Amino acid sequence: MKRIPPTARRGAATVGLAIASIALLTACGTTAANDGGGEAAEELGEFEGQVSLLAWPGYVEDGTNDPAVDWVTPFEEETGCEVTSKTYGTSDEAFNLMKTGEYDVVAASGDASLRLVAAGDVAPVNTDLIPNYEGIYDFLKMQSWNSVDGEAYGVPHGYGANLLMYNTEVFPEAPTSWDVVFDKASENSGKVTAYDSPIYIADAAVYLMHHQPDLGIENPYALDETQFQAAVDLLKEQRAHIGEYWSDYLKEIQAFETGDTVVGTSWQVIQNVLEGSGAPTAVTLPEEGTTGWSDTWMIASEAKNPNCAYAWLDYIASPEANAQATEYFGEAPSNEAACEFRSEGSCEAFHAGDEEYASQIWYWSTPIAECLDGRTDVECVDYSGWTEAWSEIKG
Amino acid sequence: MTSTPAELRPRRTAARAGSVFLSTHPRARLALLLSAPLFWLGLVYIVALVLLLVTAFWSVDSFTGQISQTWTLDNILTVITGSLYQTVTLRTLGVALLVTLIDVALALPIAFYMAKVATPRMQRILVIAVLTPLWASYLVKAYAWRSVLSQDGILEWLVAPFGGHTPGYGLPATIITLAYLWLPYVILPIYAGLERVPDSLLEASGDLGGKTWSTLRLVVFPLALPAIIAGTIFSFSLSLGDYITVNIVGGANQMLGNLVYTNVGAANNLPLASAIALIPIVIIFGYLFLVRRTGALDNL
Repeated sequence: MKRIPPTARRGAATVGLAIASIALLTACGTTAANDGGGEAAEELGEFEGQVSLLAWPGYVEDGTNDPAVDWVTPFEEETGCEVTSKTYGTSDEAFNLMKTGEYDVVAASGDASLRLVAAGDVAPVNTDLIPNYEGIYDFLKMQSWNSVDGEAYGVPHGYGANLLMYNTEVFPEAPTSWDVVFDKASENSGKVTAYDSPIYIADAAVYLMHHQPDLGIENPYALDETQFQAAVDLLKEQRAHIGEYWSDYLKEIQAFETGDTVVGTSWQVIQNVLEGSGAPTAVTLPEEGTTGWSDTWMIASEAKNPNCAYAWLDYIASPEANAQATEYFGEAPSNEAACEFRSEGSCEAFHAGDEEYASQIWYWSTPIAECLDGRTDVECVDYSGWTEAWSEIKG
Repeated sequence: MTSTPAELRPRRTAARAGSVFLSTHPRARLALLLSAPLFWLGLVYIVALVLLLVTAFWSVDSFTGQISQTWTLDNILTVITGSLYQTVTLRTLGVALLVTLIDVALALPIAFYMAKVATPRMQRILVIAVLTPLWASYLVKAYAWRSVLSQDGILEWLVAPFGGHTPGYGLPATIITLAYLWLPYVILPIYAGLERVPDSLLEASGDLGGKTWSTLRLVVFPLALPAIIAGTIFSFSLSLGDYITVNIVGGANQMLGNLVYTNVGAANNLPLASAIALIPIVIIFGYLFLVRRTGALDNL
């Protein structure tokens, strides 16, 4: 809670004036292209001079974290749109931050995008206004997580897998299975980590798909009551061995650096940072397969700077920018031509464009009561059930 | 009678008329003085609390995340009957009580030394020493404890030669960190309370044959009790609502604050979050009600 000290009251008139002028300015800004709500823009107007982005860490880099990593400055110089950005740690956080109406653009994973559409927080995107949309892989366009009723709601950014990170001193050989964090977690009790979000239940479901086939799990995001209970039980067993859960990626980096955590789920970008600091860690993709993400740049329905927002969507889909951003995060790019701009072999490492491989990653999507795997005889546990269970698992 | 020359008489300006009016109408003066802060207090404190209460009786659409304003008792019932909330409430209470006990045990001797033994010069130095940690950010101090308690932190390095180990991240770490964070808030009221105990009473007790321990128990403690309770109110209520420390050093444990935080931040279930937030409010009100008679509230 923010309390204004009594001495500040004298400045109230000035503040009031400032608020009024800001309101006036923003009112001018909104009249440009988008009327808000469910309509896509017809044509673009003049750039507003600024744009505010909400994205996963590592998606919007302007050189502050690493002077060599910067794809925001060229965009600002090209368009004159000053970029402000905020990072988030979980899709739920992104979903809530979008409700504040402060962001023009959001990079959303599949477990947030549909909810954003349903809540009316993002607007359809007119892909004709985005020349670089053409270069995007076809198998990423108009998918269930980035379009609704045949209407595109954004531009695909990149996709990747949640990986198993381990301390190479504790595991001289790379683990081949997720069992090191489930059935064999007791071997490193107190030093195991897991992603702190209800969506992590799907990781347990992927593990069960492989190890308990009689449960009949077809899709880790479509779990009926029995399947869901099995996954929750597995996670409750795991809970006894968890040192800490992570959603702040900096906290996980620190825990792996100090050795407080030695094994657990992670992202490639975390490994990149740890490698830079010389920590004894590595990542691997276990045999059971894994969950992953396929992200979409979306525009807020109440965007204050819709023209700069469109400019950003086009820029980040361009081969050069898409290559830089996705390589830095450690994921496959969405633009076919991006691989020409990435370092040797990095596209192959992420199986970019390999439709077959891409289909083996279980991309985050929001669980709903109507089973996503097409079953009609049962009702699946919806996301509110998942969040409730997640609190219970953590205890 | 001599009349004041016209040029010496104050001119009749609006400001002067206003000040004449105010000096003759004390009630209007009071109203003008208090209305702004009272309005602020009412808006920020009372209205926010009432809104919190009301929200607890609403529900939320799980898919779109919109709050639907139909009245329901579901959230309250979930919070009262759910085993999760009972466990977490008990855990939070346990942490708050332990932190309070540790703080009082540490603060009593320090405060007594500051108030009754130290020279005036030493007294000032000690007051400054107690206050200094409050100048550093809460987060900095919590993260400092995170690195102290880490597996390759300074604590492990210190106690390893004697066969000891750092407790690592978990509830003990949370209790240690919270006890550290709230210690100044406990020392200061006890110090102020002890300073008000006249030295002559201690001397009288000694003259009447009271040994050190009986003087402390029968003279100092009863007089300092309201101040001690005032200190416990700080450490107890601050611990009860904390969620950042447990997030940083608490490992995988959650406290009530974390449940509120995840329900607001992750689950987007504001009604359930407000229902959970009512638990610490009820506990604190209960505690304040209990200590009301001791006069502790006058020592805050």
